[in-house]
Amino acid sequence: MSKHTLDVTGQLCPIPVIRTQNQAKKLAPGDILEVLCTDPGAINDIPAWCRINGHTVASSETKEDGNLIVITLTIGE
Amino acid sequence: MTKQAKAVALISGGLDSMLAVRVMQEQGIHVEGINFFTGFCVEGHTHAIRKQDQKKQKRNNALWVAEQLGIKLHIIDVIDEYKDVLINPKHGYGANLNPCLDCKTFMVQKALEWVKENDFDFIITGEVVGQRPMSQRKDTMPVVARESGAGGLLLRPLSGKNLPATIPEQEGWIERDKLYDFSGRSRKPQMALAKQFGFDDYAQPAGGCCFLTDESYSKKLVDLWQVQGHKDYEFDDVMLLKVGRHIRPRPNFKLIIGREEGENRFMEGYKKRFPYLYCKSHPGPLVLADGELNQDDIELAARITARFGKGRNAAEVVVHFVTPDGAETPYSVAPLSSDDFPQEWYI
Repeated sequence: MSKHTLDVTGQLCPIPVIRTQNQAKKLAPGDILEVLCTDPGAINDIPAWCRINGHTVASSETKEDGNLIVITLTIGE
Repeated sequence: MTKQAKAVALISGGLDSMLAVRVMQEQGIHVEGINFFTGFCVEGHTHAIRKQDQKKQKRNNALWVAEQLGIKLHIIDVIDEYKDVLINPKHGYGANLNPCLDCKTFMVQKALEWVKENDFDFIITGEVVGQRPMSQRKDTMPVVARESGAGGLLLRPLSGKNLPATIPEQEGWIERDKLYDFSGRSRKPQMALAKQFGFDDYAQPAGGCCFLTDESYSKKLVDLWQVQGHKDYEFDDVMLLKVGRHIRPRPNFKLIIGREEGENRFMEGYKKRFPYLYCKSHPGPLVLADGELNQDDIELAARITARFGKGRNAAEVVVHFVTPDGAETPYSVAPLSSDDFPQEWYI
């Protein structure tokens, strides 16, 4: 199991979802992917993408400045 | 039925593709969705750049539809490849810069590539004969099938009975009798079928799902091409055409004026690419300047910037002009009056 970070700050959906999807394809089941983003739409879209594709959202957090969003997911089978 | 066939569905996020998938699922077909991002897609989040829209629920309709249907969705970035479709459409444009027939052909062609790579059997779309004036006509729907290379592998379940039999029907993977015969612009048959399937929440995009069908957006893109002297664009161009007021006071430069806080914040991300102006003495918008500006141009841009801020009625305001390297120069100017601001400046 390894941990990876994907920075998609400044990108608007669906780009954060596409980049997450493409990164997830390179990872192994159980790997952790931390996605850094700023588009509030990603709060809904990345978890929705995870649900339909068999990945799990471990946490979703908006940082104190109100702009940075960190979504951590575990890659599924 | 001889096997469980696998179909990939073009998912836009609207009702028709949602229904087409469910019709296939009812016939026991394994369906996965594919959604192409051209850069011109009308997404809720693009609108959500504007703060006034942020109270609306933010969701990507294609993802939402996939979740309702219980299918996987593959979102594919086709921004670069799509340029050729938009710049050189074989079948021309619709009412604006929408190359609908070439666009649909391109998407089906990409879906066919995906089918081959992923060992699927056929492609479905939510197209309905007569629904759209360019790509969904009885005479143009076969063009999409033929020119995409998909041929009989392209099935439109909602209008299947109105169209020649496809390979899935001929091979017995599905039953033609269970397809539909929708045609025309009325949405009533789709709404009735949605009710039958228990879909009570679905997106109803007015005017399609693409910015290129929008007259105002198309004018801005034409302006961009005219100024460049050739038809081309970068992804950032496409994004910036979606935000702000676009004003061209002189041929050599254009101003993009944020309309509210959300747009201003989005435009902040372009401060290192474009010079910008903001009003120092009064609240006002962020203004990006696109082009080569001389001193006289900067003063005019400052007066325009002042006109769109809270100091529009003041005798004099202070506007700062900032270059991409961060060098900041103050200008004391009188806001431009209505009489000096021709409406033709709006792109």
